[in-house]
Amino acid sequence: MALRRVVVTGLGAITPLGNTVAAYWDGLSRGVSGAGPITRFDASKFKTRFACEVKGYNADDFFERKEGRKLDLFSQFAVVAADQAIAEAGLTDGSVNKDRVGVIWGSGIGGLRTFQEECVAFAKGDGTPRFNPFFIPKMIADIASGHISMKHGFRGPNFVTVSACASSSNSIIDAFNYIRLGYADVIVTGGSEAAVTEAGIGGFNALKALSERNDAAETASRPYDKDRDGFVLGEGAGALILEDLEHAKARGAKIYAEVLGGGMSADAYHLTAPDPEGNGVMLVLNMALRDAGITPSDVDYINTHGTSTPLGDGAEVKAIQKVFGDAIYDLNISSTKSMTGHLLGGAGAIEAVASILAMEHSLVPPTINHFTDDPELDPRLNFTFNQAQQREVNIALSNTFGFGGHNTSVVFGKLRD
Amino acid sequence: MSEIAEKVKSIIVDKLGVEPSEVTPEASFTNDLGADSLDTVELIMEFEKEFNVSIPDDQAENIGTVGQAIAYLEEHAK
Repeated sequence: MALRRVVVTGLGAITPLGNTVAAYWDGLSRGVSGAGPITRFDASKFKTRFACEVKGYNADDFFERKEGRKLDLFSQFAVVAADQAIAEAGLTDGSVNKDRVGVIWGSGIGGLRTFQEECVAFAKGDGTPRFNPFFIPKMIADIASGHISMKHGFRGPNFVTVSACASSSNSIIDAFNYIRLGYADVIVTGGSEAAVTEAGIGGFNALKALSERNDAAETASRPYDKDRDGFVLGEGAGALILEDLEHAKARGAKIYAEVLGGGMSADAYHLTAPDPEGNGVMLVLNMALRDAGITPSDVDYINTHGTSTPLGDGAEVKAIQKVFGDAIYDLNISSTKSMTGHLLGGAGAIEAVASILAMEHSLVPPTINHFTDDPELDPRLNFTFNQAQQREVNIALSNTFGFGGHNTSVVFGKLRD
Repeated sequence: MSEIAEKVKSIIVDKLGVEPSEVTPEASFTNDLGADSLDTVELIMEFEKEFNVSIPDDQAENIGTVGQAIAYLEEHAK
């Protein structure tokens, strides 16, 4: 059976840089930081008191109050971003068979605030269980894809992938594969996270994973800078409509890009630390390139995982260098997490959107907040520091890795015949 | 209207997102106020919390209207 070709026909985004795809791109292309003081809870006793929050979001603009109450913020973000992509792709105008439309979403954690609030309420009581009947269906990570399907009547394959910060690259790769294999014609995919809560910040602080640069939040996320000290937690969602190429052509859909290939691997090394040898990352890159049928010199842009942690950034770059050889010097590399912060299970999705928009606009979004070169990194690499660079991007590769040692890499290309 | 009735009404308005004028004694949670089975469970739990009572399942099944809720709570609230 010949595999079908898969294209991207719609995008959606609600991010710390803006709550539409256009606003997100505006922030990315101008090199804006999405970081600021935490407003979602009183963080005064926390080691980290800033994050990249979504701004100006009001649930009442999108949900009836009774309905919105039943969705954790991560699900709200999912529905809002998916709605944008669905509307753009024209999936609800009656021209698409909804039995052939699936939803494969990604979330690293799910409804963390809901979980926290319900457990705290129980602990404050006298031991009598008074859990809200919506507790479980609000908290479970898979409910995001459930809500999207219920809202639009999409009855194709439906589930959520969980692989920490790689979750929504896994969801995109799954969507790609299920369409390639003919399980669905269209899949709404992407990912979302809303973990800026006491448990989220406190938990990542305990892991020493977060930047603690409280006096300079906007410059705290500084991938590849010598003085990087951890990631900045972000929140939000990215959505992509993946579609069988022939199906998209037949209905005259706008085609942003083709999904050329994907790779998945494991470090099999440590809970949270990357394998310093980069074996898992080399595996995933080679798998993605092979799946896409391309060589390293075909790639114009790599949107790296680059979270701004001391260990992770260097390990990823060294692995890319081993796989790409001298071709790495012709690449643009950037970590858009320098602007958006780290959306965990939403990261792969918003970075896929960023990679596709870079192709669309022939502009590589920057790695902002670069002050001091890291002597451990090859100075000949182009990290697109501080300012976007004009460049025709025909093929972009997006890396995302998760705690647990999950590695994913997705390749997008401009549609060719 | 009793204090209990006022509180019951405001809980229903809050949880079900309905207008206060719709919350009449005869109004059925499911037929008139748009509640599904989970909404109804949540309402009962809110009544338990607010009025510090424990409503056994077999009695909760008999509370289907605003008036039935008020009557039950006026009898059992501490």
